[in-house]
Amino acid sequence: MGVRTWLGSWPVYRQLTGSDPLGLGAAAKSARSKELTARTETADSVARSICPYCAVGCGQRVYVKDGQVTQIEGDPDSPISRGRLCPKGAASKNLVTSELRQQKVRYRRPYGTEWEDLDLATAMDMIADRVIAARDATWEDVDSDGRPLHRTLGFASLGGATLDNEENYLIKKLFTALGALQIENQARI
Amino acid sequence: MAECHPVGFQWVMEAKDRGATVIHVDPRFTRTSALADRYVPIRAGTDIAFLGGIVNYILANELDFREYVLAYTNAATIISEDFRDAEDIDGLFSGFKPDRHAYDSTTWQYEGQPTLTAGGADTNNQRATAGPLLHESHGPPLAAGDHRRDETLRDPRCVYQILKRHFARYTPEVVEATCGVSREAFQAVCEAWTRNSGRERTTALVYSVGWTQHSVGVQYIRTGAIIQALLGNMGRPGGGILALRGHASIQGSTDVPTLFNLLPGYLPMPHHALHPTFDAWVGSMSAPDQKGFWASARAYATSLLKAYWGDAATADNDYCYDYLPRMTGDHGTYETALSMIDGTVKGYFLLGQNPAVGSAHGRAQRLGMANLDWLVVRDLFMIESATFWKDGPEVATGEVVPERCATEVFFLPAASHVEKEGTFTQTQRLLQWREKAVEPPGDARSELWFFYHLGRIIRRKLAGSTQARDRAILDLTWDYPESGAESDPSAEAVLKELNGYEVATGKPLSTYVQARDDGSTAVGCWIYTGVYADGVNQAARRKPGSEQSWVALEWGWSWPLNRRILYNRASADPQGRPWSERKAYIRWDDKQGKWIGPDVPDFEPTKHPEYRPPEGATGPAGLAGDDAFIMQADGKAWLYVPSGLIDGPLPTHYEPVESPIRNPLYGQQANPARRAYQRPDNQLNPSPPEAHSDVFPYVLAVGRLTEHHTAGGMSRNLRYLAELQPAMFVEVSPELAAERGLEHLGWAHLVTLRSAIEARVVVTERITPLRVGGRVLHQIWVPYHWGGQGLTRGDSANDLFGIVLDPNVLIQENKVGTCDIRPGRRPTGPALRDYIAEYHRRAGVTPERRSPIVTTDPHRED
Repeated sequence: MGVRTWLGSWPVYRQLTGSDPLGLGAAAKSARSKELTARTETADSVARSICPYCAVGCGQRVYVKDGQVTQIEGDPDSPISRGRLCPKGAASKNLVTSELRQQKVRYRRPYGTEWEDLDLATAMDMIADRVIAARDATWEDVDSDGRPLHRTLGFASLGGATLDNEENYLIKKLFTALGALQIENQARI
Repeated sequence: MAECHPVGFQWVMEAKDRGATVIHVDPRFTRTSALADRYVPIRAGTDIAFLGGIVNYILANELDFREYVLAYTNAATIISEDFRDAEDIDGLFSGFKPDRHAYDSTTWQYEGQPTLTAGGADTNNQRATAGPLLHESHGPPLAAGDHRRDETLRDPRCVYQILKRHFARYTPEVVEATCGVSREAFQAVCEAWTRNSGRERTTALVYSVGWTQHSVGVQYIRTGAIIQALLGNMGRPGGGILALRGHASIQGSTDVPTLFNLLPGYLPMPHHALHPTFDAWVGSMSAPDQKGFWASARAYATSLLKAYWGDAATADNDYCYDYLPRMTGDHGTYETALSMIDGTVKGYFLLGQNPAVGSAHGRAQRLGMANLDWLVVRDLFMIESATFWKDGPEVATGEVVPERCATEVFFLPAASHVEKEGTFTQTQRLLQWREKAVEPPGDARSELWFFYHLGRIIRRKLAGSTQARDRAILDLTWDYPESGAESDPSAEAVLKELNGYEVATGKPLSTYVQARDDGSTAVGCWIYTGVYADGVNQAARRKPGSEQSWVALEWGWSWPLNRRILYNRASADPQGRPWSERKAYIRWDDKQGKWIGPDVPDFEPTKHPEYRPPEGATGPAGLAGDDAFIMQADGKAWLYVPSGLIDGPLPTHYEPVESPIRNPLYGQQANPARRAYQRPDNQLNPSPPEAHSDVFPYVLAVGRLTEHHTAGGMSRNLRYLAELQPAMFVEVSPELAAERGLEHLGWAHLVTLRSAIEARVVVTERITPLRVGGRVLHQIWVPYHWGGQGLTRGDSANDLFGIVLDPNVLIQENKVGTCDIRPGRRPTGPALRDYIAEYHRRAGVTPERRSPIVTTDPHRED
C-alpha cells in the first residue's frame, strides 16, 4: 500500500482535503461501505404506492426482489410529500414484513380456551352460513304500521378507514343488499 | 400537526420560512408548539368560547372583509321573527323540547321559509340518524325563491346583527375566565388572524380530532367557519379550513361510506317513516325547484340504484328502492356496541379496526363482543379485539371467563397496502391509486377479495330462494372480473363502477352532470365521477410535482371533478377579478368567455359573473354569476345555519359533559341536545350543578404520538416504533405532581366511573396549570395507543371514557373528560372493580342515577 493510498484510506484526511468537509458522504466511506449496493438499485420491480398510516397521503416507492419487499422509501415525485416519510411511514417495511404478522386463519370455538387452525375456504363457508342464519333469525320485513323495513339488525360491521375505496364500496353494497344497517367505520369515531 | 401529520407539516414550515405566522392552540405543548411563533395553552373543551371571542373581536371592530361577506355569505339574510337566541333563554335556543331534549327548528329559518330538512323541523329524528353528516358535500335544501336581504346589514333580524348580539358577551375577560387564556395572548391571536386576512392576505385554519371528538364537535368547526367566512378566507389560496384526518382513507370511507346513515356520495340511507317511497326519499334531498347542483339529487339516486341492481332496477319498480334497508333510529357504532351487551346483535365484522382499544368505553366494547354469537376479525396482527376472550382486562377481573364465553371468533389475516391495488382518498379529497407490489402471504387476502367471495358464496347458497327478502342479494350486480391464482376481483372494475357509466354502452361518464334520472346511467358514487373519465384511471396519474404547476392537477385526482380548492370562485371578486394579484387564483377571462386559473374552476365554466337567473330558474341555472358556494341552496356560505343542525343555528359555549366547573355563560351546563345513553353501565362523572364533581377534579385530555398510530395495531407490533415509544405514560405538570405526590418515571393511575388505568408518570412543563373561574385547574394528558397486545403493552386510555355523543354526527366525546389521579399502580383482578365501585359510592352514583341534561329552566326568558 502506497503512502497516498494509506493516507487516503483515513477518513479525516479525506474530510480535510476533499469535497466533503462535514464528513457526511464520500469522506466517511469505508472500503466495505464503498462496495455496498443499495437495495433500491438491485430491485426487480418498484411499485408506486401510498403510505397506509395518516391521511396526508405521502407517496411511497415499494422495492421488490425475488417476490419480497426489500425496501419502502418516500416518493420524491409526490407533490404532497416530496420524498419524505415520518417515523411510521419510514417503518412501514416492517409493517409488511414483520414476523408477527398473522398469515394463517385462526379459529376460536365457543367456550374454547385456545386458538385452533382452520382452512380459509372452510372459514369462508362457515362465515357465509352464520351471516345467512343471523339474518334469518333477526329479519324485519315491515314496521308496526306496515311500512317496509327490509332489514336485519342481527349483524354489524366496523372498519373501512384503513381500506381502499373499492373495498368500502363492495362492503356497503353487499351488506346493504343483505339488509344490514349497522355498517360503521372510524369516521364515526 | 407536527406530531400526527409530520410530513404535511413541512408546508407549514415552508410558509413560516416565507414569513407566515404560525399559532398553535392546544392543551398540551407539542412538537407543533415548539415550531410555532406563538403557543397558546387552552382548557380542553372550551374552543367555542375562544373562537367566539375572536368572532366578537371581528364584529365589534368591523374587521370583516365586507365586500366578500356581502357577496358570498348569508350575512344580509333576514331570519324569522320568532327566533330566540341562546343568549335570551339561558343557553337554549328557541324551540327546545325538554321532554326529548331536542329542538323544533321551525323558528330558526330564513324569514318566510318552510323547514325542508329531512325529517322536518323535529331534530329528534335527525339526531338519531346523524342527519347533518349528509352535508359534507352540500348544504340542506331551501325552498325556491329569493330570501329577503338587507345589504346595509343594519336590520336587527339580519344574520350579521344576530351574530353580533350573540357573540357580544364573548369578551377577552370571558375568554380568560373560561379558557384560561391570558388577555394578552388572546389579543395577539385576534390581531394576527385579522391582520393576515383580507384582499392581500389569507389565513388557513387547521384542525383534527381535537375538534371532532366532543359533544359539541360540529359547532367547534362551525365557529371556525364563521371566522373564516367573515374574514374572506374561504375558496382562496392559503385560506380555508383544513381537516387533518387520521387514517389513510377515512375521507374515502365517508365519501364511499361504510356508515349506517349514508349511501355513496352523501345520499341518505332511507328512514322507514320519513322515506316510505322513492319520491319521498329523493324529495328529502333537494327541494322542488331548488337552486344549485344538489337539485340533481334524483339523477344521483337513480344512478346509484342502477349501479347496485342493474337490469332489475327499472322505472316501474322505482329502481328497486324497496330493496334498501330502512333506518328507524340510531344504528351507529356505539348504539350497536350497547346492543351487543343487551344481546340483540349476533355477529360482528371488524375490518382493520380495534374497538377494544380505539373506541370510547373499552370495557363496554369488550363486554359487548363477549356476548356475541360470532365475531370475524380481519387484521394484519393479533389485536386486542380478537383476544378479549383470552387475555383482555375483563378476563383479569373475572367478568369474562373463557370457558363460559360463547363468542365464536374467526381471525382472518388481511393483505397489507402493498399487497393489493386500489385507491385511498387522502385528507384533501385526493384519490391516489396504489400499485400492487407483491402477493399477500399465506391466507392473507384483501377486503376486496373477502367481500367479493363472501358475496359470491352467499348468493350461491341462496340461489333459487323464493323468499322476497333474498331478491335484493340475488338481483345484485356482482360480476367483477377475476384474475390470478386466488381469483382476485378487479379493483379497477370497481373504480369504473364508482365513476359511473352509460348503461347501454358501458362508456365511462366524465362528469356527474351526465348522470340521468331515467335509468340510462349507473353511478356508484356520483362525487367520484370523473376519476375514470375517458376510460383512464385518473387516480393513477403520477406526473412529478417538479414538472407541473404548484397546484399539481396531474397528480392523482380529487373530487369533485379534480378541483383542488373548493368554492374557488370566491377567490375572485363578484365581478370575476382577483381580490388582489398577490392572491389571484381563478378569474373570469372576458376574451375567452370563461373562468381560468391554475385550478379547475369550482363553477360553471362559462357562466358570466354578471349572470342573473331569470325568474323561477332552478338547479344550476338558478345560481347567479356571483353565487360562489354552488352546493348551497342559496349559493352562500352560511354564517348562520337555518336548518341542518341539531343543537342550534349558532355555536355557543357549553361545558364538556364531564367538567369540573360550572358553565360561566349559562345556566345550561352542557350541550342540551347531546346524544346520551343513560344506563347503569355507562355512568358519566358528575359535573356541576350535580353534586360530587370534586371526586374527579382534573381535566383529562387525550392525544396521539408521532411514533404510534391510533389503536396501535399498526404500530405497537413494529420493532422500530415500539422502541421509539416503549411505554404508556401520563403527562402532568410539576404543580400537579406536587399536589398528588406523583414521581417522575414512577407509576400513577387515573380513575373515572368506568375504570382505572395505570401509566408511567412524565412530570413536564408541557402541561400548564390554568387559572379558570378564579382557581387553578390542572389538566392531564395521556396517549391512547396502548392495549394488551404487541411489542409494547399498556393500559388503554379509552377505558376511562364513557359514551356521550355529538348530536349532529354521533361522534363520541373522548378528547376531554374528568378524572382522579393517584400515585402508584392500580388494583388488579376483581379488586379493580371494587375500587371503581368505591368511586361510584363516593360520587353518589347508584345504578338508577341519571345525569341531568337540562340544567336551566326552559321556560325562562331573560
